[in-house]
Amino acid sequence: MTGTWKLAALTLLAGWNHAPATKKLNVVATTPDLAAVAREIGGDAIDVAALAKPTEDAHFVDPKPSNLITLNRADVLIEGGAELELGWLPPLLDNARNAKIAAGARGRIVASTGIRLLEIPATFDRSKGDIHALGNPHFMIDPVNAKIVAGVIAEHLSQVDPADAAAFKANLARFNATIDQKLLEWQRQLAPFRGAKIVTYHKDFVYFASRFGLDIIGELEPKPGISPSPSHLAEIVTAMKANKVRVITVQPYQNRKTAETVARQTNATVLDMPQQPGAVPNTAGYVDLMDYLVRTLATALEDKQ
Amino acid sequence: MRTLLAAVTLVVGVAGGLVAQKPDTLTRERNSPPEDSVLVVLRRLQARLDSLTRAMAAPVEQAPPPVQGGRGTYMNVGFSGLSDFGWSSEPDVGLLQRGDHDPKVRGFTIPNEELTLDGAVDPYFKGFVNVVYKLDRSGESQFELEEAYVLTASLPANLQLRVGQFFAEFGRQNQQHPHAWPAVDQPLVLNRMFGAEGLRSQGARLSWLVPTKWYTEAMVGVFNSAGETNWSFRSDASSEIHGGLPVDRGVRRIGDLLIAPRIASSFDLTSTQVLLMGISGAFGPNNSGPDARTRIFGADLYWKWKSARAHQGFPFVSWQTEAMFRRYDAAERPSAVDPQVLLPAEELHDRGVYSQLLWGVKPRVVLGLRGEYVSGNQAAFSVPERASRSRFSPNVTWYPSEFSKIRLQYNYDDRKGIGIDHSLWLQFEFILGAHAAHKF
Repeated sequence: MTGTWKLAALTLLAGWNHAPATKKLNVVATTPDLAAVAREIGGDAIDVAALAKPTEDAHFVDPKPSNLITLNRADVLIEGGAELELGWLPPLLDNARNAKIAAGARGRIVASTGIRLLEIPATFDRSKGDIHALGNPHFMIDPVNAKIVAGVIAEHLSQVDPADAAAFKANLARFNATIDQKLLEWQRQLAPFRGAKIVTYHKDFVYFASRFGLDIIGELEPKPGISPSPSHLAEIVTAMKANKVRVITVQPYQNRKTAETVARQTNATVLDMPQQPGAVPNTAGYVDLMDYLVRTLATALEDKQ
Repeated sequence: MRTLLAAVTLVVGVAGGLVAQKPDTLTRERNSPPEDSVLVVLRRLQARLDSLTRAMAAPVEQAPPPVQGGRGTYMNVGFSGLSDFGWSSEPDVGLLQRGDHDPKVRGFTIPNEELTLDGAVDPYFKGFVNVVYKLDRSGESQFELEEAYVLTASLPANLQLRVGQFFAEFGRQNQQHPHAWPAVDQPLVLNRMFGAEGLRSQGARLSWLVPTKWYTEAMVGVFNSAGETNWSFRSDASSEIHGGLPVDRGVRRIGDLLIAPRIASSFDLTSTQVLLMGISGAFGPNNSGPDARTRIFGADLYWKWKSARAHQGFPFVSWQTEAMFRRYDAAERPSAVDPQVLLPAEELHDRGVYSQLLWGVKPRVVLGLRGEYVSGNQAAFSVPERASRSRFSPNVTWYPSEFSKIRLQYNYDDRKGIGIDHSLWLQFEFILGAHAAHKF
């Protein structure tokens, strides 16, 4: 009996959470893109974890118990906002018992704060599909928005951890300088394709298109969140032929087969254009991902010219 | 909504302006002839009305954008409506489908129309309310305050308190509302142990998130033990369990309340597989006699695989199993059939299990298969609610969107001593307003 009790006690102790030797801020981001920017700003002063996988649909993440533990121990939570995480973050937060990341707390960062969101609906009507009342939440693939988010993150991190504020400020300046310089480069790469017409699977590319002057003529989804129907795909094929559209962009989780069927009928190319760093190889950082997106798109548009 | 907000702001502004100008107007009234002052006021009102009309006609875009992170209200309001249609080889469908939110008749049933409200009460509490409207077998409207409780936001030491009327955290499905169920009907074992509506009551529950590396939550609920939602305890309908006449039994000591402890743990087996296990108990008095008690034990297991490239949450495979055992200590009691006959004191042992496999084949399509078995030991009396029974239910669910659902389910039902029945049910669900976020 004593042996059993010792074993039980040891098992419990083994699982007990020991405080880490060096005190780093525990930062949790809902999605990998926010985590990547946080990493740029926080540097060595923070540990970053993302709840969603880079390859999965961030609208539908399982609120699994391990995520609850991650949130329970977080010093800072960065969420995208604009209802992106509406389906899964609230039940986790209800149970996380962590005042540091409660709504309005210094440790709670809503990335969409300060972003000029596109596609804010004038009326809320679900017959138009699963529209987000606050606007399109896929704003991080516009580098200018990434700078705004980086600024918000730096501000909050400095409040939570004033000792490292100078480092956060320096990291922010460096990140902004990199983006400014890269943005010129990305704009130069895509300049020849200004006004190029493309088709996307979901309405997840509007910020990128708006920044780089691309023209999205339609989506494979007839309405946001509604699966492609044969009649809608037929319309898209007609529109693509009429507009000489050469590119369809998809996320790693979207139905590539549907996109390929449409591409075959229209002589277009299906491009993997993930929103999230790490979804395809060599895109771990935010700049890496943008480099990849710009390069992939420019190459495809050039080949098809 | 924004137009309304702009209009309200304007009206308030106009009213405020008029009030602010009042002393000024009054002063002038004293200094000028009365007809003049009336004209001035009228002209001013006309000007105000004109500007108001212009503002109302202005495009919506000029209204202030909605507040970030909210919908401009202090709570989420949602409504979910269920409709069932189908047929069973058993003419009295209620004998087969014992759950309160199950199909009840051949033809159409409206088993659950649920209004849900939730939001932050203040920085300390979050509030949840579920009000259910339903139509009974004869089409009469019924109303039910299903749940109304608050949850603390940030107690120290990883504690959390829930207070009000709510489902006890026993196993997995007991706490789920019908729109989250993976089948048309309530599992047999939940019906046997907790009755038609599941185990819920007025009470308080304290939970502790144990500081281990993996998820472990320990909780204990204390509830009132009377009423039909305390089926195995002080329920007026308890003769369906013990075959005797229930005694009128009040609350004399703390042990006459219902105590429901639970501990649950979860592990991420891989980055795409999660395992969640729990053991639960429910202990309290029953009304077969003045000192009789009931003990219910349960074990539950949930495993889920979800693709790393999940689109809208698909594809996935999940497996859920719950097993329960009840020891109902029946006191010596007069038989409900013939009160002249005294039934002896005896231990009634009931057990049951269900196991359910779900396969989310592709976005918005789920195939399900559930197998169930329930039985009870030999006793000095016989009631249908303790007889052996097994049921086998394949189903297919299609979600046209996140906010609607169509499900077809077949039940192969084998009641020992009665025979085999077949039922086919079609279920439709719609959701308005806020979509209640699902727990894992």
